[in-house]
Amino acid sequence: MKADVLRVQGLQVHYHTPLGAVKAADNISFSLKADERLGFAGESGSGKSTMALAILRMIKPPGQIEAGEVWLDGLNLMTLSEEEMRQVRLARIALVPQGSMNSLNPVTRIKEQIADALTDHGVRMSKRQVEERVRDLLQSVGLRPEVANMFPHELSGGMKQRACIAIAISLHPKVIIADEPTSALDVVVQKQVMETLARVQKDLEASVILVGHDMGVVAQFVDRLGVMYAGKLVEVSPVRDIFTKPLHPYTQMLIASLPSLEQKGTFQGIPGLPPLLRDLPPGCAFHPRCPYAFDRCQTEEPLSREARPNCWAACHLLS
Amino acid sequence: MTTLLEARHVTKIFGGGLFDRNSIVALEGFSMAIDGDRPSITAVVGESGSGKTTLARLLLGLVTPTRGQVLYKGRDLQRMAHADWRAFRRDVQVIFQDPYEVYNPFYRVDHVLTTPVSKFKLASSKAEARALIEDVLKAVGLRSEETLGRFPHQLSGGQRQRVMVARALLLRPRLILADEPVSMVDASLRASILGSLRNMNLELGISIMYITHDLATAYQISENIVVLYRGSVAEAGDVELVVKHPQHPYTQLLISSIPLASAERTWTTETVVGPAGLQAAGSAGCKFADRCPFATSPCLQAAPPLFQTNRYRAVSCYLYQSAPALSVEEMVKAFAEPAKLSRVGSSGTPMTA
Amino acid sequence: MKPPSFQYPFGTDRQGRDLLAVMVAGTPLTLRIGFIAGFLGVGVGAILGFVSAYYRGKVDVIIRGIADIGLTVPGLLVLIIIAVSIKEGLTVDQMAIIVASLAWLNPTRTIRAQVLSLRERGYVEVARLSGMSGPEIIFKEMMPNLLPYLAATLVNTVSNAILASIGLEVLGLGPIESPTLGMTLYWVNYNAALLNGWWWWWTAPIVIILVVFLGLFFLTVGLDEIANPRLRRAV
Repeated sequence: MKADVLRVQGLQVHYHTPLGAVKAADNISFSLKADERLGFAGESGSGKSTMALAILRMIKPPGQIEAGEVWLDGLNLMTLSEEEMRQVRLARIALVPQGSMNSLNPVTRIKEQIADALTDHGVRMSKRQVEERVRDLLQSVGLRPEVANMFPHELSGGMKQRACIAIAISLHPKVIIADEPTSALDVVVQKQVMETLARVQKDLEASVILVGHDMGVVAQFVDRLGVMYAGKLVEVSPVRDIFTKPLHPYTQMLIASLPSLEQKGTFQGIPGLPPLLRDLPPGCAFHPRCPYAFDRCQTEEPLSREARPNCWAACHLLS
Repeated sequence: MTTLLEARHVTKIFGGGLFDRNSIVALEGFSMAIDGDRPSITAVVGESGSGKTTLARLLLGLVTPTRGQVLYKGRDLQRMAHADWRAFRRDVQVIFQDPYEVYNPFYRVDHVLTTPVSKFKLASSKAEARALIEDVLKAVGLRSEETLGRFPHQLSGGQRQRVMVARALLLRPRLILADEPVSMVDASLRASILGSLRNMNLELGISIMYITHDLATAYQISENIVVLYRGSVAEAGDVELVVKHPQHPYTQLLISSIPLASAERTWTTETVVGPAGLQAAGSAGCKFADRCPFATSPCLQAAPPLFQTNRYRAVSCYLYQSAPALSVEEMVKAFAEPAKLSRVGSSGTPMTA
Repeated sequence: MKPPSFQYPFGTDRQGRDLLAVMVAGTPLTLRIGFIAGFLGVGVGAILGFVSAYYRGKVDVIIRGIADIGLTVPGLLVLIIIAVSIKEGLTVDQMAIIVASLAWLNPTRTIRAQVLSLRERGYVEVARLSGMSGPEIIFKEMMPNLLPYLAATLVNTVSNAILASIGLEVLGLGPIESPTLGMTLYWVNYNAALLNGWWWWWTAPIVIILVVFLGLFFLTVGLDEIANPRLRRAV
């Protein structure tokens, strides 16, 4: 049994609006093993990006981390000071944020942006050592050495995203969190970027958390998949189990709503609308749209339980 | 067959002249005719840079072609009289990709529905207009009490897009161009919106041109498909053939790159194809040659014509040069007749006809 | 010529007039010049800006050309020349129109820039496809979204107009008969109040001018917050 590299316990993130507190992430708990790839899939408003940012304590007001612990290799990140947390970010956990390829500094060359990350963390290296490290990093993400001297606008979307991955891994973190890393990219480029991420993970012997709304991309990359709905983690199981024997009705219906390339006329949507986070229904958040809902679902919120070995789901049907 | 809308050898170049290094050839020598008699659903699939959005804008008359013509009922859009334009705007409608941008934040969502009603005089009284609007909202699965009177930001992306579909339906057009109508909508709602489009085709006889990068949804709702690569047609024909047995190397690459939401690993092979380079305008040869694992010297010299490898499919690749060649305007001859597809319920569940 | 006292809180000027009364009479006149010039300037600027940005082509080139060239010419100089060439005494309203003659230049440019970006919006295209004509799109689709911006531009133009008018008045080119703030400063200068130590005579108008500008500034900040939702602090 591999050790847990990251353990999240009861993470709670609220956004404080004039109309009340919105539970963007509600009681999220999971663990990430060494060398593991864990995915989080969910639609807009499900809380997956909020959760990714919360792990790194990057939630800004009016959002606030109300409760929860994040244990990284035995260290509770929530207890650290801001300065200590800064040291942890990038060096031990790195984030490839959503739309990061558009957040590259347009007036700085790629090598300087990578070097900035290194010097920010107090890494003392001579100019030549920095250049060598930059070259190695670019090579590990499949970019030619000439890219170091280029500006972001000279690179294609896929190349920019790979440069962002290079920045993220520059200090050899043990955990890489990628939030929608391929959302704006074409299908062919998307596959290349995900292959790069896989290769990088293997080289660093790191673990990856992949957050995305495209179930296909997430499914093809990860070992275990977590499904999020209305800020809650409704199911976490190995990929094989999620698709062959999904436990939670939302997971089942979400899979059924995805168009296949095998057969026509098979995809169907989930009736109703996802709930407004500030106006959640009582009990289970999914019950208004669930075909299997019964009276208990309307009053009591289901707790996550291990229905099968290593398969967790929060649904009253399982108890 | 009477042609409703036709693109004839349409080329669109942005920025600079034909041989200018800085210009971009968005679409080159594209021809396609949409039948006015038989309603059809055709998918135009391509990635960014394929020219699919440019094609939509050319067909709507929002952009003028650099070469070639766009014809509405045989008349060139650039030379049409005002009365013809009004008829054109009634017959050809559009659904855009972004359900946020298409609403004026100052007005309630009713505004996008009442404007065409008044501009095209679809109703003779307020009550009639109201009834008409309520009908189309019901047809797309929306309740008027929940939708009318609200501001755009009070509705979800999926609801907004459905209102846009309702708006397109109001004018009872002959053709709806749907440009990535569900790419900004949550996965669970896509089926119902696409289902509405398919129902409009089956029940009301409206032709749909579904423009997207998502091959999977294109496969699900269309009869025929055109695969665009860098402004030219790579492959076209019956969607079952093209998707299940792709012949053009680009189509093969595209399909093998699609991540399937399943327990099996479909991303098995490592991508060997290099990145797309930038090609200057005016250079001859097949557009895919620089990335194609099967490229030979004829591929670099002249762009291949369409070869009809099957009654219902045409491929633009020299690998199939033994098949009879098809001129560009005849591409639609490779299209299949629409089969009796089952009617789709409002939640997207297929029901038997 | 008395310093401030209980009877005359702002003191009196050389002619014995109660300065508080002068301020009360003069401030509305200054504001009037500013607002008339402001409305005229933004009104003309909006029309030219909308037409220029929506229709583009030759119309755009001409309007933009005139506005750009006009802005390079030193405004105060032009106003001085205009003011000097008017032989009879100026009234307050004539003052307003002189200032307005140049006040439309900047609004034309900034409003044009805003409309240029607005016309690319999806809803403008949808309106076009719904059969709306050009003027309809300008008034019904684009104008309502620009109202907060126009209001902010108005206040800005008013501030600039007041400043320009004070500049002219201090030079003696304003409405001599009227006790506007600028004219008061002219008299202050004429009578060498600074050298004579009659500090209350120039303190009053300057303080009032500062208060007026502070008020207009806060108004602009408030309008900016309405116009730009990102500046609002509430969710």
